[in-house]
Amino acid sequence: MAYTPAMLESIARVEASRPARLSATFPRMTPQERDEVLRRFHPDYIADATRAIRLGSCKGDRTPLELAEVLEAPPQLDPETFTLQDSELKADVLIVGGGGAGAAAALLAVQGGASVLLATKLRFGDANTMMAQGGIQAADQPSDSPVTHYLDVMGGGHFSNDPDLVEALVTDAPSVIQWLEQLGVMFDKHPDGSMNTIHGGGTSRKRMHSARDYSGAEIMRVLRDEVRSHPESIRVLEFSPAVELLTDGQGRVTGAVLLDLETREYKVVSARAVILTTGGGGRLHYQGFPTTNHYGATADGIVLAYRVGGKLAFLHTMQYHPTGVAYPEQIVGQLVTEKVRGLGAQVCNIHGEQFVFPLETRDVEAASFIRECQDRKTGVETPTGQPGVWLDSPMINLIHGPGTIEKELPAMVRQFRGFDIDIVRQPMLVYPTLHYQNGGIRIRPDGSTGVDGLFVAGEAAGGIHGSNRLMGNSLLDITVFGRRAGTAAAAHALEQQPGALTLEHLRAWNRERAELGLTGGRPAPILLPDYTRHIRAVRKEPLVPVG
Amino acid sequence: MDVDTIPVFVMGQRVEVPPTLTILRALEYAGYTLTRGVGCRAGFCGACATVYRLKGDPHLYFALACQTVVRPEMYLAQIPFFPSRRADYRIEDLAAVPATLFTLYPELLRCLACGTCSKACPQGIDVRSYMAAAMRGDLAAVADASFDCIACGLCSARCPVEETQYNVALLARRLYGRYLARRSEHLAERVREIEAGAFHQGLAELRALDEAGLTSRYNARDIEA
Ligand SMILES: Cc1cc2nc3c(=O)[nH]c(=O)nc-3n(C[C@H](O)[C@H](O)[C@H](O)COP(=O)(O)OP(=O)(O)OC[C@H]3O[C@@H](n4cnc5c(N)ncnc54)[C@H](O)[C@@H]3O)c2cc1C
Ligand code: FES
Repeated sequence: MAYTPAMLESIARVEASRPARLSATFPRMTPQERDEVLRRFHPDYIADATRAIRLGSCKGDRTPLELAEVLEAPPQLDPETFTLQDSELKADVLIVGGGGAGAAAALLAVQGGASVLLATKLRFGDANTMMAQGGIQAADQPSDSPVTHYLDVMGGGHFSNDPDLVEALVTDAPSVIQWLEQLGVMFDKHPDGSMNTIHGGGTSRKRMHSARDYSGAEIMRVLRDEVRSHPESIRVLEFSPAVELLTDGQGRVTGAVLLDLETREYKVVSARAVILTTGGGGRLHYQGFPTTNHYGATADGIVLAYRVGGKLAFLHTMQYHPTGVAYPEQIVGQLVTEKVRGLGAQVCNIHGEQFVFPLETRDVEAASFIRECQDRKTGVETPTGQPGVWLDSPMINLIHGPGTIEKELPAMVRQFRGFDIDIVRQPMLVYPTLHYQNGGIRIRPDGSTGVDGLFVAGEAAGGIHGSNRLMGNSLLDITVFGRRAGTAAAAHALEQQPGALTLEHLRAWNRERAELGLTGGRPAPILLPDYTRHIRAVRKEPLVPVG
Repeated sequence: MDVDTIPVFVMGQRVEVPPTLTILRALEYAGYTLTRGVGCRAGFCGACATVYRLKGDPHLYFALACQTVVRPEMYLAQIPFFPSRRADYRIEDLAAVPATLFTLYPELLRCLACGTCSKACPQGIDVRSYMAAAMRGDLAAVADASFDCIACGLCSARCPVEETQYNVALLARRLYGRYLARRSEHLAERVREIEAGAFHQGLAELRALDEAGLTSRYNARDIEA
């Protein structure tokens, strides 16, 4: 799986241009150039890849076809026949989703005096949080300030973000880093204890905190261990995804129905408040893109919240990470962290020429890679026909000294080495991959949704990042809003009595579907993508790389 | 189907799969719908620990199913779960001293330094040597050497003296991160400033701008070199 001769020829041109490139980075685009490349080449701008949603509280909003399908889908449970026998599972706060947002919410809900049930789809920590490599932003350096951070977040989101949420994000950021530091997260530090921070795409100050290139894994495993340190107040149920929320019939959320993936039995949970922290939806493979997301990222929380009246925000925009692996095919779509560019690696075409500033915002960077391959035809093509451009990783050790790549990017080095590619000496071939759900369920700064009893945090929430998230602001947002939602949900729960458990909202949902003539369809939430060959053969889909 | 295939054995059953697939994709290709033994699909979560043999080869091999390509006549078994011990503790009640590790994980002192764990680690971590550091009570060394652990559990599954290496390592890292790594002064200072309301006015000013005003401020930002 080492590079093919044709690829090696192109690599020779990358090497030849390297000495000159070391002292000359391609200039940033002007605002006009950025707009143009986005309009012409970003996947979000492909009109027939999205459509209007036909029912529900945000009827008429446009969203990718694949997401519209699950949003409009029939429920798994039939409200006419499903019996809501007495629930054995009760908690003040039910948290659905065991990633970073869910873990943070659980810890703060307990601090707020609530008992917590945390239900998750696979294992606790099988989540996008575990996979984050690059880092987490916070304006804690003397040269930086939350005000500057605010401006960067708003600009990155094309000024469409909800200002209240952004203010909460940047203002809580330093204290969240301090909380993680106190829980034992090993941030990359200088010997004097100061944070070793670097740039990320769209940052005007070096505010990216990392833990080697296992930043998310380090945060996730510490939060998970902390949750496990509170067995008396937090019960964790694994392999138990939520398939439906329950309401009292008057619009208040009162619990959920879980599906035990092992026994295939349903479990009914009664809760005084519910927090959805179910993450993103990369496994819906919008526009056929491969994805960086974990196996269970199927937008379930969006589907569940929408059926009880949650409002959608920014679900017409998805983030395509510019540097997904384009070769070898076994790991196509998996992430090459932005930290590689943060450390100075430039991007080159087949001729070894730079064609874009390496740290434009992600949408602009991705669109310009697509332009290079599709329009200018100066991309590199792999034996399977996958296009890509070079990410010149060997520059890093030339800039920062030998050993830097090995020290800063051990996960990346290991992953490619497994396929006989040495990124210390050779560049990597990359192409945009479906990475992040910019939008989600609209929340307020305390994680509430406008639906009584329902809170949302993390990647499932929308509005914080507007139409484009900057690297490092998601690990931040899941912690900031996970904590806020945990606190608010606990306070809410302690004021409530447990409510009636009904599926009334599904009756209304099914009526609306029937009125529109929508019949059949695959039930949602889908819980897991189906990658068995058997299904693919029936649907006559090619065996695409799914990672 | 006109794809070339190779035979592999999934828990003893022979299946034919394309030679370019990872073990994980091969299982799916063979018709398995996975819920156990799969998580991130990218080498970060440790859900897909796999043990295999190759025909005619006396050795056992260890791998992550999502990061390893199939080979002909591979005899595969997934280890999706292994019962391991996590000590009960609250990090704030502990001290970053060697005794903490020994008290919470007394089996640590039984380690034979046989190195079976290192051989089993799909991350290529020298588990034996960080366990040696743990026995010396050198928390910093354990934290550093174990950092890339994804807790797949293979070390523990193979250990003849029933250690849970990855939980020892996790505890050492948390102790290091909380107590031994120097606290960040500028971080603490910034938190104090925020609590004192130092940025209210700056934020209010930005929030008062319309989009045009904000855009021009954004485009005029100075960017740290
Ligand atoms: C490869 C990769 C790299 C990234 N790198 C960075 C980075 O460097 N910096 C940064 O800031 N951000 C990064 N991100 C983004 C960031 O990691 C995620 O957006 C964030 O971690 C999401 O956290 P979460 O808790 O909201 O969701 P997750 O961490 O995905 O957790 C959601 C959990 O909910 C569970 N779940 C889903 N549906 C259900 C259901 N129906 N019932 C029960 N449980 C359910 C899932 O299984 C999962 O455990 C990266 C993302 C990826 C994929
Ligand atoms: S599935 Fe997560 S490491 Fe393989």
